[in-house]
Amino acid sequence: MNHLISIEDLDRAAIERILDRAESFAEIAGREIKKVPALRGRTVVNLFYESSTRTSSSFELAAKRLSADVVSVRSTGSSVEKGESLRDTVQTLSAYEPAAIVIRSPHAGAARLLAGWTDASVVNAGDGKHEHPTQALLDVFTLRRRLGRLDGASIWIVGDVLHSRVARSNILAFQRMGAKVTVCGPPTLLPRGIEALGCAATPTLERLGEADVVYVLRMQRERMQEAFIPSLREYAERYQIGVGRLRTGQLLMHPGPVNRGVELSADAIDSPVSLIGEQVRAGVAVRMAVLYELLVGAAAPAVAA
Amino acid sequence: MSPEIALNRAAGAAPADLLIRGAHLLDPRAGLDEPRDVLIRGGHIAELTLPDTLAPVAGVAELDGTGRHLFPAFVDPHVHLRTPGQEYKETLESGTAAAAAGGFCQVIAMPNTDPVVDEVSVLRSLVDAARRQARVPTGFLAAITVGLRGEVLTEMAALRDAGALGFTDDGKPVVSAGVLRKALQYQRLCGGVVALHEEDPALSGAGVMHEGAVSARLGLAGIPSLSESTMVARDAALARYEDARVHFQHLSCVESVEALAAARAAGARVSGETTPHHLTLTDELVRTLDSRFKMNPPLRSEEDRRALIEALRTGVIECIATDHAPHARHEKEVPFEQAPMGTIGLETAFPALFTELVMPGMLELEVVIERMTAGGALYGLPIPRIAPGEPANLVLVDLEASFEAGADGYVSRSANCCFHGRRLFGRVQLTVADGAVAFGREALSQQPLSVR
Repeated sequence: MNHLISIEDLDRAAIERILDRAESFAEIAGREIKKVPALRGRTVVNLFYESSTRTSSSFELAAKRLSADVVSVRSTGSSVEKGESLRDTVQTLSAYEPAAIVIRSPHAGAARLLAGWTDASVVNAGDGKHEHPTQALLDVFTLRRRLGRLDGASIWIVGDVLHSRVARSNILAFQRMGAKVTVCGPPTLLPRGIEALGCAATPTLERLGEADVVYVLRMQRERMQEAFIPSLREYAERYQIGVGRLRTGQLLMHPGPVNRGVELSADAIDSPVSLIGEQVRAGVAVRMAVLYELLVGAAAPAVAA
Repeated sequence: MSPEIALNRAAGAAPADLLIRGAHLLDPRAGLDEPRDVLIRGGHIAELTLPDTLAPVAGVAELDGTGRHLFPAFVDPHVHLRTPGQEYKETLESGTAAAAAGGFCQVIAMPNTDPVVDEVSVLRSLVDAARRQARVPTGFLAAITVGLRGEVLTEMAALRDAGALGFTDDGKPVVSAGVLRKALQYQRLCGGVVALHEEDPALSGAGVMHEGAVSARLGLAGIPSLSESTMVARDAALARYEDARVHFQHLSCVESVEALAAARAAGARVSGETTPHHLTLTDELVRTLDSRFKMNPPLRSEEDRRALIEALRTGVIECIATDHAPHARHEKEVPFEQAPMGTIGLETAFPALFTELVMPGMLELEVVIERMTAGGALYGLPIPRIAPGEPANLVLVDLEASFEAGADGYVSRSANCCFHGRRLFGRVQLTVADGAVAFGREALSQQPLSVR
């Protein structure tokens, strides 16, 4: 495997291999010196065309903990701002002979385009509303730790599915791991034809009790301007997940950043059933495992740290 | 006004004297489907005889057409030649050379240039330039509204007098029914078919591909089929009410076919075109996120494709148009959502239809030939025919010769071809347009042909 562009690039065995390796990297995080020499002397470029806190920082930390040299480029304050094309930017950065380029772009397919332009391994850190495969991997990692296995689990993905790359990658990844996925949200925010991905779709929370895991998506306030929903008030009333809407034993997840009081109530975020903190912590280990998988290889033995 | 004035002849092209021996002639309208020798004298078809019955004629080059097919040359009622203003994408010369290489003897250019063809002066300069530069006769449509803004009618009568074959705001819909109605009323004064790009922007929004399972998977904003079909239905009703002549451009979906058929059954004077790519490709290809597959209207579902093929067979859709839409490499080498819409199509139109529809038995070759030659008639131009006395408009095709699209580059100045890399059969060998040789493939160059 040279690139991680889509969850479709991974079969179940590959996902499990990456997550197993992430477990050993997570163990490193508990040590005083949180570094292994796996990528010493190699360069990882983080190319972020969209604002990001957790994804960009965790990729940066992941590469550093693997001892790689890291260059982070953001669209603001770089030549991108001066109108340089993606292709030209990539050619410029390729002159540093990076081992990997991690890209976040507001446009679907950007990571795949890049893979055709560079010798480096390309990691998709989110492309438009298309995919966010490392988010899906860290979500599976988090759930696997809690549940042991996802087989047969019912996972509800609730909210703005239409504009969510996380939803698309997670539907695929959860199903690949044997879970049953239902998407739920306002009919204006459920894409026509989404059932073709193998999930169920429903406009109400009526049957939310069936879910073992409730995965809540971020409601993007800018969608209000496009009038996808009449008001945030009505959205919150119908779709907000609070402790009162969860039954005992259900787990709660969210990719962040959270709009408190919109898609999630404050009590839910801080409740013991919330895995949100664990998701963030999983980010570094899983991204270390992804970089290791691409740059050191699947065949390598489990980390000798 | 006479179409000869409007359809500006390719300039300075020497009338051909040529004897093509032994090719299989196929002209469904003329009832021809047999091998013939064709003698062209002074650019006109002089004789059609049984093979090997004509003695060599002094001063006439001979070409062995054995094993090849000779059709009436194709007419494309919908191309973008990007001139004036975007000559880096295409010029009158490169675009019409691409047409000739694809077997076309006439093309009709759209007015969404920079500046827009919405004034007599712009149209006149184009007609003049085409006379000097075009490789095949080229006609022009003028805009319906000033600046394609959908607000104020152009000086339609003056534009007609200056040679506009008809009117279109192609690239954009005429959103206001009230404005379109006025254009249709005004047509009673000036004539000229009003051709329409049908799209309701309130429904297509920021869409970049067909709305369906593939757009849901990719997270791309969808353009639902009904953004087209509801406008077809609306404008067919307007056409009927005003008894106007309306043509629907690049129809892409089953709902539009149904709306067109219903309107015609109700007596509306309406016609429709569809494109080689909508007839052969579907939105499944967009899964690659390759911007070559981004066009407007978008590639739709297999069900839509089948409906378009059936509509072509039954004649509900009467002609094929390429919607040849060149874009520069740097414009298309960007993420799908950012790329401009459009594919080039002149050089691959016949080979794609032959390979994808005729060879698998989905459509008869005769139907393809008829629909590829019908596009000028709706604008009042004569249909190319193979008959003694007619101007020579012929295309010689080797149905057994295959090639990889784009492997040797394109004659067009741009390379954004949705068929790029496909192996296609039905290679064009020679195109005679309005009596002059407009294109001859290298293999023929040993023959004493003068190819402009």
